[in-house]
Amino acid sequence: MYELKFDEKMCAVCETCDCLVRCPYLNLDLEHAKKEVEKLIQGDNSMVLTECVTCYSCEEYCPYGNHPFYRIVELQESQDIYPAPKPIMNQQIKSMSPVGKGKVEELKDPVISLCAFPEAKKALRGDLFQNPNNYFGRDYFCNLMYLHFARSSIIKERLPRIIENIWKQKLNKSESKELICYHDECYATYTSWAPAYGIEVPFKPIHFYEYLYNRIRASMENITPIDAKVAYQRPCSNRLIPEQQHWVDDIFELLGAQRVKREYDREDALCCGGILRMQGRDDLAHDLQVKNLEDMEAAGVDYCVFNCPFCSYTLSEMVKERNIKPIMMIDLCTLSWND
Amino acid sequence: MEYKDIVHRCFRCGYCKFTDDYQDINCPSYKKFSFETYSPGGRMWLIRAWLNNEIVMSSHYAEILFSCITCGNCKEHCVFTFKDELLNIFEAAKTELVSEGLVPPAVRDYFKTMSINENPYKEPQDERGKWAEGTDIQRYSNQEYLFYVGDVGSYDERGKKMARHIGGLLSEAGLSFGILGKEETSDGNDVKALGEKWLFQQLAEDNIRKFHEIGVKKIITLDPHAFNVFSQEYPLLGGDFEVWHYTQILNMLAKEKRITISSCEMKVTYHDPCYLGRHNRIYEAPREVLSCIPGLELVEMARNREDAFCCGGGGGNFFTDILGTGVDSPNRIRVREAYDTGAEIIAVACPMCSKMLDDAIKSEELEERIAVKDIAEILYQAVVH
Amino acid sequence: MEKIYNALTDIVGSGYVSKEPEELFFYSRDQGTSEPKIPDFVVMPRTTQEIQRIVLLANKEKLPIIPMGGSLTLSGLCIPHRKGVVLDLKRMDSILEVNETSRYVLVEPGVSQGALQSYLAIKHPELMHSIPDAPPANTIAGNILIHGSGHLSQETGFHTEMLNGLEVVLPTGEICKTGSGSISPKWFARAPLPDLTGLFLGWFGTTGVVTKLSIRLYPKPLKKDVMMFVTENPDHIPDIIYRVTGTKMAEDVNLFAQPKPDWAEGFQQTVINITGDSEEEMSFKRRLIRKSVEHYIKSKEGGFMLVLPQLKPAMKEAPLRELTRFADMMKGGGFEYVGGIIPTESFPQAYYDTLEIAEKYRPKWSIMCRVIGRGHAMMFAYSWPFNRADAKDVEMSRKALFESNISSLKNGGVIWKSELEGQRMMMEKMDPNTLNLLQKIKRTLDPNGIMNPGNWEVV
Repeated sequence: MYELKFDEKMCAVCETCDCLVRCPYLNLDLEHAKKEVEKLIQGDNSMVLTECVTCYSCEEYCPYGNHPFYRIVELQESQDIYPAPKPIMNQQIKSMSPVGKGKVEELKDPVISLCAFPEAKKALRGDLFQNPNNYFGRDYFCNLMYLHFARSSIIKERLPRIIENIWKQKLNKSESKELICYHDECYATYTSWAPAYGIEVPFKPIHFYEYLYNRIRASMENITPIDAKVAYQRPCSNRLIPEQQHWVDDIFELLGAQRVKREYDREDALCCGGILRMQGRDDLAHDLQVKNLEDMEAAGVDYCVFNCPFCSYTLSEMVKERNIKPIMMIDLCTLSWND
Repeated sequence: MEYKDIVHRCFRCGYCKFTDDYQDINCPSYKKFSFETYSPGGRMWLIRAWLNNEIVMSSHYAEILFSCITCGNCKEHCVFTFKDELLNIFEAAKTELVSEGLVPPAVRDYFKTMSINENPYKEPQDERGKWAEGTDIQRYSNQEYLFYVGDVGSYDERGKKMARHIGGLLSEAGLSFGILGKEETSDGNDVKALGEKWLFQQLAEDNIRKFHEIGVKKIITLDPHAFNVFSQEYPLLGGDFEVWHYTQILNMLAKEKRITISSCEMKVTYHDPCYLGRHNRIYEAPREVLSCIPGLELVEMARNREDAFCCGGGGGNFFTDILGTGVDSPNRIRVREAYDTGAEIIAVACPMCSKMLDDAIKSEELEERIAVKDIAEILYQAVVH
Repeated sequence: MEKIYNALTDIVGSGYVSKEPEELFFYSRDQGTSEPKIPDFVVMPRTTQEIQRIVLLANKEKLPIIPMGGSLTLSGLCIPHRKGVVLDLKRMDSILEVNETSRYVLVEPGVSQGALQSYLAIKHPELMHSIPDAPPANTIAGNILIHGSGHLSQETGFHTEMLNGLEVVLPTGEICKTGSGSISPKWFARAPLPDLTGLFLGWFGTTGVVTKLSIRLYPKPLKKDVMMFVTENPDHIPDIIYRVTGTKMAEDVNLFAQPKPDWAEGFQQTVINITGDSEEEMSFKRRLIRKSVEHYIKSKEGGFMLVLPQLKPAMKEAPLRELTRFADMMKGGGFEYVGGIIPTESFPQAYYDTLEIAEKYRPKWSIMCRVIGRGHAMMFAYSWPFNRADAKDVEMSRKALFESNISSLKNGGVIWKSELEGQRMMMEKMDPNTLNLLQKIKRTLDPNGIMNPGNWEVV
């Protein structure tokens, strides 16, 4: 089976332990962090394994790309530590298992994977998008969300087959062999997690924002500047692919939207709290959400922009209650587009 | 019988009888006759019983089936996945009755009149275009739009008045349109709704051939029944046209300021015709036309849009009167509802609704309190000519 | 029969009596698996006096009378087992009085749940009644008289506990009132008089025709939310119910389990509805409910599923349209359930019994439970869908229903709104003196045995 490319020696000599010291939730000083890192290297029972909120931040903070979070998940699973209640985990595992009903389609470029979010389909209309080919379904689901449930084994089991489904059923007629990934998590699966486990990805993943940026850039005459202050709710999975962050700023610039300066943004972004609630850590989720929303409100934003539908489900109502409009990035682009 | 494989799936739960908020019984035949057999669920179970030889076709069975006036409330509110087939199922069952010759006398007479006279009024074909005499309205000769008037618009007094108002407004706005006049024949919507699918097919194919021959691409209909059949059924027979209801065109003309509208103070409530509303989802265009008129106050009946209560003119009942009269007849119920809004005018967009509601006003003795006017007439009044 | 037909026509008018095969067919059956039985007539009275005259006629002619509301019990309670007259009461659809201060409404027996729900929402938006999950066509009377339950039952018990009194036409023709309405012009209470109301509750129309009911109304909250607690071990459920109901924070507590969709199999979903008038109140209630099951969350044995915002409206509906859709699960338009009223601690065994029965007869099944009172009981519905067009399939459901009845009784429960077979099972188990009393009351009130015969009858 697939082994994580985790370099124990690299962690052992790390002076800063950024992964744990900078963790927004554990509040560890360097001395404590070093002790816990040692346990993680040895595979011992560390408090990190039970306290981790699975926000993925440490993957971003590690200056060596040594996959601290993936290591945590491996240890959680091997030590039977469950971040979320087992019935919730098991139901989630069942609900997105492949069903073997994928069909071969002759899709020409561009091909967009909507993963498990068919609701995005209706947003991909009009001249801005020119009806790109897209697909979704359980047979194409990236499965990366099971990191939140400490189930690397599920991802290892399913992902090779998912990749094969995509390659043979959806990209067979593609000339570019590029796959535009709607969700940060899909893109991160193929560019971060799969390589970390030595799983080959035959196609070239493209971040949806890159596609969006290029589409808008090619048709600036159709854009009416939005002239609004926006907050961006950074999805946790973007932490796995921080090099893609810049697209957010690039798109906002094209749209004339001003991304406000606020405390809990970019590297300091807060988890939406949705996963925490599933884990049963409602008080923590509540605190984070209040901090996050108060931060947005204080910055006087007009919109809170999401890319992740799960973040949107979790926060939209609360955002609205503060007279801020929740909106998906794709809808913000459509808003500024003159058909 | 078509759809016989799904008839057994009806659970007779009764959602089909109500409005969305369960406020009212919204199935006109059930409201009128009260027995469960006259509800959509009742029909489904009886059709199945007939298919299973548990009951035989009878005049009472026929009455029950033909009392469905195809208003579409059941289709709107049924909670099951086969809901969109409900009216098709009732129509298929009626077709079985037609092929057995077991239809109520009024239905039989309607079919006979349609076959012989090609209109339900037994009037000569030559009279068909006479409503346009004295106007500037031209015969169709490759103009942008064909203005299709229909049976009621051609022969019924109220319908003819509507046709003149619509034609007048279209002319004032400089729209390029023409009419078929005495060349026009019946659209066949109600023939189909009553199960005579062979006569319908003949009427439809004749119309499609004629329209193609003379180069018709866009059609404005007066009657929502024609709108429905041209939009939904004619394409299946090779007749693909761009179809508009006149309220949509008037809305466009008003928004483009191709007509000048002055103020007109009146309190109006709008009655959604089933074939425009529930069947084709056009709820706002007629309202927008009314809202264009300064001084006009638009008030809604409790049952509006998807929940509108049918006037009783649909499904051929306008000609066959299976539902009959009486204080529980749909048109009288609807007029009482309109009156309760405090409106002085019931605005309509269908010539059948116009006549049905007008008759009901008389039955309710409300002539001094409320009147029926179609949207074209209201707009015509407000337009600066 | 012609003489009787003419007499009935004389009472209600020719438009409201039918002996046509079509009406007789329709009213001979319901949506469940019970065998149909053709009546002699279907009659739709409009007034109490018309009903009285019909009852007197029926006594004279020894004609059975079967009162009918929405006919949505699914267990054949309105099927005329010995022919006779089916009394469709839905023309008696007036809402007679709403007393806001004392919070009650007086209705005729044909008033539907939907009509009352809507009426209150428009005219008395601060008040509501307890709404069952049966389709809105079901009548207030029909649901109450069978001891129904609804969305307020977790707080206030069976719907019969929300009943203030009745007007009823006795089988011998007298018109009688029970509760405070028998003394006062106000229908606000059942106590403290000798409880005659009980003579008509759960009797399936064998003791009279109810012509008015007064039911309690409740303050209608401004906000509603839904929480879903998921477990994999049914043995935990009684304790979870005990804890959640012990907080007194929930309005409605239901439990679902089913094999489809595939992600649902093996899980129990406890759906907890909370209501309140402010977000503060709602947050407080959520917190207390979460705290009550903290033990299960911490031990990872249970957790709250995130309910997607787009799914919440359907889950907060009353009645739940989704439950009706279950009827078409086999693409067959049929379903029937045994509603076992069981003590909460019997849930696990009832659950296991359902799986066993499913194994034998039905791959598709559903368990739906509603908690009654603060966990005093559960309405455990062993639900079996079937394809009405397939006689073998119907028979399999019948067998599953039969064994579900056995399970209910074996687990210390009582069968709710039971069909004849289940009634027989209960009477066999019943304390003999109780059974004797039941028969005595029936004989006394209905000496000619005309009221819905076949029901509660010792064979």
